[in-house]
Amino acid sequence: MSRAPATVALETRPLEWPEAARKQVEEALTHYPNRRSAVLPALWIAQRTWGWIPPEALRLVARTVELPEPEVFGIATFYTMFNLQPVGRHHLQLCLTVSCSLVGADRLYEHLRRRLGIGHGETTPDGRFTLRKVECLAACGNGPCMQVNEDYYENLDEAAVDRILEKLT
Amino acid sequence: MSRGPLLFKDIDTPGLAGLEVYRGLGGYEALAEVLAKKSPDDCIEVVKASGLRGRGGAGFPTGLKWSFVPKDTPKPKYLVCNADESEPGTFKDRELIEKNPHLLIEGMILAARAIGANVGYVYLRGEFAWIQRILDRAIAEATAAGLLGPSVAGTDFRLDLYTHLGAGAYICGEETALLSSLEGYRGQPRLKPPFPAVEGLYRCPTIVNNVETLMNVPGILANGAAWYRQWGTEKSPGTKIFSVSGPVKRPGNYELPLGVPLSTLLNEHCGGMRDGFRVKAVIPGGSSVPPLPASLLDTALDFESLNAAGTYLGSGGVIVLDDRTCIVDALWNITRFYRHESCGKCTPCREGTYWMAEVLERLERGEGRDSDIALLDEVADNILGKSFCPLGDAAAMPVMGAIRHFREEFEYHVTHRRCRVNRRREELDALRSAPAAAEVTA
Repeated sequence: MSRAPATVALETRPLEWPEAARKQVEEALTHYPNRRSAVLPALWIAQRTWGWIPPEALRLVARTVELPEPEVFGIATFYTMFNLQPVGRHHLQLCLTVSCSLVGADRLYEHLRRRLGIGHGETTPDGRFTLRKVECLAACGNGPCMQVNEDYYENLDEAAVDRILEKLT
Repeated sequence: MSRGPLLFKDIDTPGLAGLEVYRGLGGYEALAEVLAKKSPDDCIEVVKASGLRGRGGAGFPTGLKWSFVPKDTPKPKYLVCNADESEPGTFKDRELIEKNPHLLIEGMILAARAIGANVGYVYLRGEFAWIQRILDRAIAEATAAGLLGPSVAGTDFRLDLYTHLGAGAYICGEETALLSSLEGYRGQPRLKPPFPAVEGLYRCPTIVNNVETLMNVPGILANGAAWYRQWGTEKSPGTKIFSVSGPVKRPGNYELPLGVPLSTLLNEHCGGMRDGFRVKAVIPGGSSVPPLPASLLDTALDFESLNAAGTYLGSGGVIVLDDRTCIVDALWNITRFYRHESCGKCTPCREGTYWMAEVLERLERGEGRDSDIALLDEVADNILGKSFCPLGDAAAMPVMGAIRHFREEFEYHVTHRRCRVNRRREELDALRSAPAAAEVTA
């Protein structure tokens, strides 16, 4: 249940879907017998379009699926993967659940924290990395595991993490 | 080399995710014949006779579940595949879909036809976006080949399949929470009854089956119940994919007939423990089931034998804890997971997981009180069977099981105000006392 608080700005210019995103939203709407069911797909499309879900995008999703904005806010905050605050270009999500912990994930977290100088939920000043501890990613046999944006990196150790950090500019 | 008799038989064949290779290995071969010769009711009877039980965790008989769908209803019916795979220690559905998506599609065609559904959804956990892309490609291929759509394999049966991506919530693996999420609500569970088979998605009859369960269906319907029963035991027929994690030499997914001893899985298939490690306990069915102590490693991996040993087959997520891992520390980790994932709907789970995590933390830190072990047991007992959905039980069972088997180690924390062993903490302390590494340069 725990997640960072989010804020909704009061007055901003209405946002519209860019062409490619609008097509994806329209396709998603054909998958269900009602518009409400497309709320998660629409939130995902918004997050991929803008890198996070700013208040104007949340409002756009609400308009698209024809739900009250507070309800969409309630849905978006229920799930852990929607970023209602900006995140760095590379969102490092390190699993610390039991199986990964058994093979060294806690050490890796400490390593990342020290290398980047940031803690859980924080972003480096240059906007390059956000670090987050997450729960099980279903990669337990290849632990420790880290998801960066939508990609999985598995069988990690300190050296592998360093190589990944250098690559992600 | 074949990695298993059924679902893993061809799993590592290059290109298997494509229709051509899948067909080359006999995929979709029996589909037209089954659709032509077996009525939906015949199919349900064969699956019932095969003894196939749900592979997602609860182990409910699949054919029986299908038979609960009402026949004389004007409402549409839905088939939903649960690919939320979020039970810690479980990572099988991911490999199955990633490498063999057409087997899932074939299983869904047969299941949908048996229950009379013309629309099916695959609910994938939010982190599986890349698996969604693989599956979407396979669905498009199957549709172009006339295996999905208005006329499945040339018959008058229609099936449209869609994938749906969750967004990070363990609770959505629970079938009614999954349906809430799919309908566009917060993923919170609903009261049962009515069960989804009668009133599920959009209040219409719905069957929710796990990936591995559905992937067993094509083989069963093509070859019959007796064929399927050549693997496994009388009451637990077939194979199971076990996901093994922890400090063993070869962690990973293994397909074995049900009934194989846990020690065989760990020693022969996984190559035993990493050098310098010994088994302390094994959690055999995902983090929500009670652990087995090392003295019970000969327990057979099937529904009945594991129940007799006080635990469950669950999802087949086998987590191995070594003798230098602190059981209280590991349990604290698991309990933090359930605290984080409790959906907040019911009090026993929402408050109970919080309190268990608090008590485990102070025990682990050497600040435990004499009454804490009894308190933990009591809080767990106040969650077990008293929460709205099985998430509460999932949080309570490992705590109660660990106290039952490792009470002495809990008591050690109270009397000595520290762990007896804890390599995780030692490794962290060593790292923290080392000089800081250089920061990443832009």
